Amino acid sequence: MNHIALKMLMGDRGKYLGIIMGLTFASLIMTQQPAIFVGLMMRTFSFISDLGLPDIWVMDPKVQFVDDIKPLQDTKLYRVRGVAGVEWAMPLYKGLLKARLDDGTFQTCNVIGLDDATLIGGPPVMLEGKLEDLRRSDGVIVDIDGATDKLAKPPQTPGGSPVPLKIGDTLELNDNRAIVVGIAKTTKTFQSQPVIYTTYSRAVRYAPRERKMLSFVLVKAKPGQDIPALVRRIRETTGLAAYTQQEFKDLTMNYFLKNTGIPINFGISVTLGFVVGAAIAGQTFYNFTLENLRQFGVLKAMGTSNWTLLRMILLQAVLVGSVGYGLGVGLTALFGYSMRNTILAFKFPWQLLAFSGAGVTLICIFAALISIRKVIKLEPAIVFKG
Amino acid sequence: MNGQSTAAVRCQNVVKTYDTGGDKVVALGGINLEIHMGELMMLVGPSGCGKTTLISVIAGILDQDSGSCEVFGADLLHLRSGEKLKFRAQNIGFVFQAYNLLPSLNAVENVSIPLLINGVKRQAAERQAAQVLEQVGLGARGKSLPSQLSGGQQQRVAIARALVHDPRLIVCDEPTSALDHETGHNVMELLKQVALHRDRALVIVTHDSRIFGFADRIARMDDGHIEKVVDSAEDL
Ligand SMILES: Nc1ncnc2c1ncn2[C@@H]1O[C@H](COP(=O)(O)OP(=O)(O)OP(=O)(O)O)[C@@H](O)[C@H]1O
Ligand SMILES: [Mg+2]
Repeated sequence: MNHIALKMLMGDRGKYLGIIMGLTFASLIMTQQPAIFVGLMMRTFSFISDLGLPDIWVMDPKVQFVDDIKPLQDTKLYRVRGVAGVEWAMPLYKGLLKARLDDGTFQTCNVIGLDDATLIGGPPVMLEGKLEDLRRSDGVIVDIDGATDKLAKPPQTPGGSPVPLKIGDTLELNDNRAIVVGIAKTTKTFQSQPVIYTTYSRAVRYAPRERKMLSFVLVKAKPGQDIPALVRRIRETTGLAAYTQQEFKDLTMNYFLKNTGIPINFGISVTLGFVVGAAIAGQTFYNFTLENLRQFGVLKAMGTSNWTLLRMILLQAVLVGSVGYGLGVGLTALFGYSMRNTILAFKFPWQLLAFSGAGVTLICIFAALISIRKVIKLEPAIVFKG
Repeated sequence: MNGQSTAAVRCQNVVKTYDTGGDKVVALGGINLEIHMGELMMLVGPSGCGKTTLISVIAGILDQDSGSCEVFGADLLHLRSGEKLKFRAQNIGFVFQAYNLLPSLNAVENVSIPLLINGVKRQAAERQAAQVLEQVGLGARGKSLPSQLSGGQQQRVAIARALVHDPRLIVCDEPTSALDHETGHNVMELLKQVALHRDRALVIVTHDSRIFGFADRIARMDDGHIEKVVDSAEDL
């Protein structure tokens, strides 16, 4: 009887496509929206991901996330270096500074100061120039997005497009001259300011005078060290906060989850997508069953058991469910692919597939259940009614 | 069982009342009727007199309130639901006024359904279905969908479907009233030739006096009762 169930389903092209579209829409929303959500959440800590080398990040105990800078005294660096098991510990400056552009306007930039000697913590990819060029006087490296957008120079002809910043151009950071010596590619972060890399000592010079300037201490463990034990040791001996990379990412992401409206907003659109998708798909599937009620009645009169009818309806639900799910997920992937070079945050981990798969399964079970109920209660005597 | 061997259906004092929100409609008010093996019995009577209700009870798709209805010696009311399904699947063939073919299945597939319900494998079922379609003169139209067939042809497919599993009782509700006179006549001829058999009985509900001549006996109903059973239309 299975092939009969399938033919019943697909015989009416219009309705079949309607059900499939409802389910496609539901699974599209249930994957695409969370994919953007996951993408956004991963952006909150992409600065940490980009900076892959250190095992441990050390900072003020009050720091709540990666952009929450609570500077330390420079002497803390030596305390950390003194902890047993530390291979190296390097200073990192991170702060928001105003850059003055050629046209006189100001742009807030995320300035990163790297250890002068080792330049540890530099950008993941250099597009032009070399990281070592930072050693040249007044040298800075600018990220490509900032260089082509917010830091770009005004158009040369009125109405033309802005001219991207390039090597050799100058900027003013707090009245200090800075010369672009390289263009880098960084992963987009949650904040969209341009990123400017320079040396630690120069960053400190650019920044307004303060008693404490050290944002983070980056630590590499000696080979074979138990990282969690080292983290504990650093905490105990310095009184500072120390996190493994993953812990610091989690800290940052949790901060955004708890303190922004993002999860609620996405939660709402995912829930809405689920409800609307369930309503559309459930409704069309149920309608389909209702319209075929007479056919089910004929099968019932001729001696088909409820159990067999139930299997037929389940099969129909499973078929439309898998096709709709496949299309929805495929469209999501296509969407992500077509947006890969834009500002849109988008990440599509396998957990999401499982999530929307479970969602579509729920919708289909729900649609099948209400349909099955109707068919089971159906009196076969309706077959003689005109 | 000896005396009963010629009775395909034996209804005794069958009562069926419909409850429509307070109003009780007595559709069958104590029916007594016997249908013999090898017989074509017609049920006639004015609209609303209970013809459809009666064949629904006989075919085991509707439970009466009281009285007994034995079909080949089995009291359908007292069978367990699984057994009743099996009984219907094996013993009853249906022909409807509106054909009730499954629109997305072709003729062969439609005809094969009763065999599939009885557990025959798809290939064998469709082979057998094609043979029966041949018998009803539609051998060449096995692949056609119902929408591609005329009314008379659809009714012939339905008759093939009612015959394919070789049931012992065939119930038909107004099999010719959607058809023109000549087509209806052909369908009746087909039923009489192909479906009627000495091990089988046919019950046909009809309004259509032009086909009364095909009946072996005619039962006239009125208001939930059998008024009389006659051997030919002249006696009605
Ligand atoms: N499902 C139902 N619910 C309530 N009343 C019903 C139902 N089915 C039939 N009836 C009533 O029972 C009576 C007998 O109906 P039935 O359909 O058996 O008549 P019929 O002789 O087949 O009529 P027709 O020639 O018009 O088909 C009618 O009064 C009808 O209104
Ligand atoms: Mg009727």
